[in-house]
Amino acid sequence: MSELNLAKQQDLTKSVLKNLSPLRFITCGSVDDGKSTLIGRLLWDTKAVKEDQEERLRKDSRKQKDGLNLPEFALLLDGLQAEREQGITIDVAYRYFSTPKRTFIVADTPGHEQYTRNMATGASSAQLAILLLDARVGILEQTKRHAMIASMMGIKQFILAVNKIDLANYDRQIFETIETEFSEFALSLGITDIISIPMCALKGENVVNKDLDHMAWYEGPTLLEVLERATIRSKQTVGFRMPVQRVCRPNESFRGYQGTVSGGAVKPGDSVVVLPSGIKANVTNIITFDLVRNAAVAGDAITLELDRNVDIARGDMISSIDARPLVGHNFSANIICLVKSGIVANKRYWLKSSSKLQRVVVELISVIDLKSGQYDACDSFELNNIGKVKLRFEEIANFDIYDENPDTGSFILIDPDSNNTIAGGMISAKIEQVTNIDNSTDEEIIVFSMSLVEAKKLQQLEGFKAISDKVQQTQTTKGKLRDLLSDID
Amino acid sequence: MSEIENHQKPPLEPHLKELENEAIFIFREVAAEFENPVMLYSVGKDSSVLLHLARKAFYPEKIPFPLLHINTGWKFSQMIEFRDELIKRYELELISFTNPRGANENVTPFTHGSALYTDIMKTQALRMALDDGQYDAAFGGARRDEEASRAKERIYSFRTPDHRWDPRNQRPELWSIYNGMIRKGESVRAFPLSNWTESDVWQYIKAENIPIVPLYFAKKRPVIERDGMLILAEDERLELAPNEQIKQMDIRFRTLGCFPLSGAIKSSARNINEIIKEIEVATVSERVGRAIDRDQAGSMEMKKREGYF
Ligand SMILES: Nc1nc2c(ncn2[C@@H]2O[C@H](COP(=O)(O)OP(=O)(O)OP(=O)(O)O)[C@@H](O)[C@H]2O)c(=O)[nH]1
Ligand SMILES: [Mg+2]
Repeated sequence: MSELNLAKQQDLTKSVLKNLSPLRFITCGSVDDGKSTLIGRLLWDTKAVKEDQEERLRKDSRKQKDGLNLPEFALLLDGLQAEREQGITIDVAYRYFSTPKRTFIVADTPGHEQYTRNMATGASSAQLAILLLDARVGILEQTKRHAMIASMMGIKQFILAVNKIDLANYDRQIFETIETEFSEFALSLGITDIISIPMCALKGENVVNKDLDHMAWYEGPTLLEVLERATIRSKQTVGFRMPVQRVCRPNESFRGYQGTVSGGAVKPGDSVVVLPSGIKANVTNIITFDLVRNAAVAGDAITLELDRNVDIARGDMISSIDARPLVGHNFSANIICLVKSGIVANKRYWLKSSSKLQRVVVELISVIDLKSGQYDACDSFELNNIGKVKLRFEEIANFDIYDENPDTGSFILIDPDSNNTIAGGMISAKIEQVTNIDNSTDEEIIVFSMSLVEAKKLQQLEGFKAISDKVQQTQTTKGKLRDLLSDID
Repeated sequence: MSEIENHQKPPLEPHLKELENEAIFIFREVAAEFENPVMLYSVGKDSSVLLHLARKAFYPEKIPFPLLHINTGWKFSQMIEFRDELIKRYELELISFTNPRGANENVTPFTHGSALYTDIMKTQALRMALDDGQYDAAFGGARRDEEASRAKERIYSFRTPDHRWDPRNQRPELWSIYNGMIRKGESVRAFPLSNWTESDVWQYIKAENIPIVPLYFAKKRPVIERDGMLILAEDERLELAPNEQIKQMDIRFRTLGCFPLSGAIKSSARNINEIIKEIEVATVSERVGRAIDRDQAGSMEMKKREGYF
């Protein structure tokens, strides 16, 4: 082969690799199971730790009892003083590293239940989760909680790292038992893409390098191999969406709408609709600093110019006409509560989504019991509770279903008293108000009444859950109902 | 409408495009949500990228907030020249603030030690300047890959009325939905470059042809060796100890700050391609040259809690 040919080939492999976009992943799982150690070891073995950082690490490491004389890899991640003192992770750490094959953005999250909010912070932007557990202990409630949160937030790919296998005699039986038990649980969450790896994070066995000394029985890939090969689900959104962040008015003659395309694509000449007003217009220009563009796709930060002056403000949604988001006053959502004070039923909160702040009242429907995996009806929502709610907006709102478009289907709740972010949520459906009394229609409906005990049983039934969005449920007293029903024949 | 500057250039690599899009989103979000934002501008490479992104974010409008430079009075003279040139060229609004205690009490890096000097001339100066302007949001060019406590910081980083950061109690920050709700006196520091690495910054400077201070490029310059650092010997305020000798060396800076506290590196990287190559094979991190980060373990976190950037 001539030299020229060779050079070309190298170029080719280079460009192929470059086109693999960075993988965003998290480590999660219960406290002390070795998450930070694992990422520290990963950074170490991929040579991402520079000499000065190594020197600092060696200096800061406490002498270990294990006689291995290894540094405390977790200290590469646990950067806060409180974390170093207590030997736990409190808040998520973001790290960036690359191998010749790929670039990675990793969020190392805390396992402690008290800091679940920070785990959720990391999970919300991840594409893959490494779920760790201690081989000696197996699956804990916190392991399940993290799996659940990650799955709810749309993570489809899981790596189950059965860690500290060195302390479990590198026992194949133990590994396989945990693997089976976890896949059963995962299946109940709808997680099917799981790769399980027996691992010793501390010594780096099956992390970057395969361990043949103790785990010759394991024939699968190492952690890094899985990470390098992981595919990223491309966004399959159809409808064009651009939430307006700000109106750009440099002078009298120009008015542009600035925002990031969060679904679909747009080009000059396209007709669009502005929500909530419903006004239609045509796109004349897509402007960026570099050039006037002839198209923009999801992810692009742009400025749109329209063919007529319409009333558009921050928080409005510019959407394609034929594939619009769901519009309405009532939505159902999955939610995770992030604060001690909990979520209070029927309190007015702020909801922020897609650059828009709205007033909302939250109706609590059910909360998951991590032990049984069942949703139980509830009237309070406490720290770390995961469950289903109904959102009632004062003004008309628009969303996509989270699974179809996470950018326009996600939201946070803000407590107006503390200004803190108290919950993260994912829209699951729009609620059709079949029994809305404001709508005076002749459509016939049926009203059931039953005791509270029986109603709770009914709410548990799968068949009922499937249609619960379409059922209006109101709690009242027998006396009041008797008065109400007296008018009905 | 101002003229379009960057005409035909190849499209950005997807990874850089993603980072650029994210930064622009953050700029627009903060500008829309806060009443009185300001952008911290330190004249370094990260600030240069930050400024470039700000211009992109609001185009065709001008940047709708002022730049704030905390000038200790001990910056490299090339930095000040560069700054003033740029401000003129892009018609920017710049506020330069120096803590009056510096002149009144003659606070210098030589007399007060780097820790106390940094506290007075940088941390306290920043707090004073932010109070003066009553800014409710301040953009900064910090990156998470710079240092372990930075790696923990949110994009919208909440500050109490006395500018404190409470790293143990940060607000959750899910997706890219930022919570900008604050009370009067409280503020937010916003970091559009959070997810950038040093290498990303250089790749982007190259791709976008962003002007930077010439001290980043290697050249024969006069230096002395002090406390294991190479200090540029061009400012007449640098007093030489008897055993110190000025040598001419090929050097450049990986980070820029106050000249007495910034260590140069021996280098022959005279252009951006050579810098990128040099960083790829570098065996030490970029912060090695900074005296103020070496004072004590966890020193960055301590300073940040006090209000430092
Ligand atoms: N023997 C052995 N010890 C390990 C292994 N992985 C981690 N450890 C030890 O387990 C302890 C906890 O490790 P961390 O990495 O801090 O655990 P973590 O999961 O990050 O903990 P949190 O972030 O606080 O939830 C440390 O003392 C590690 O040295 C392993 O594979 N084998
Ligand atoms: Mg940890």
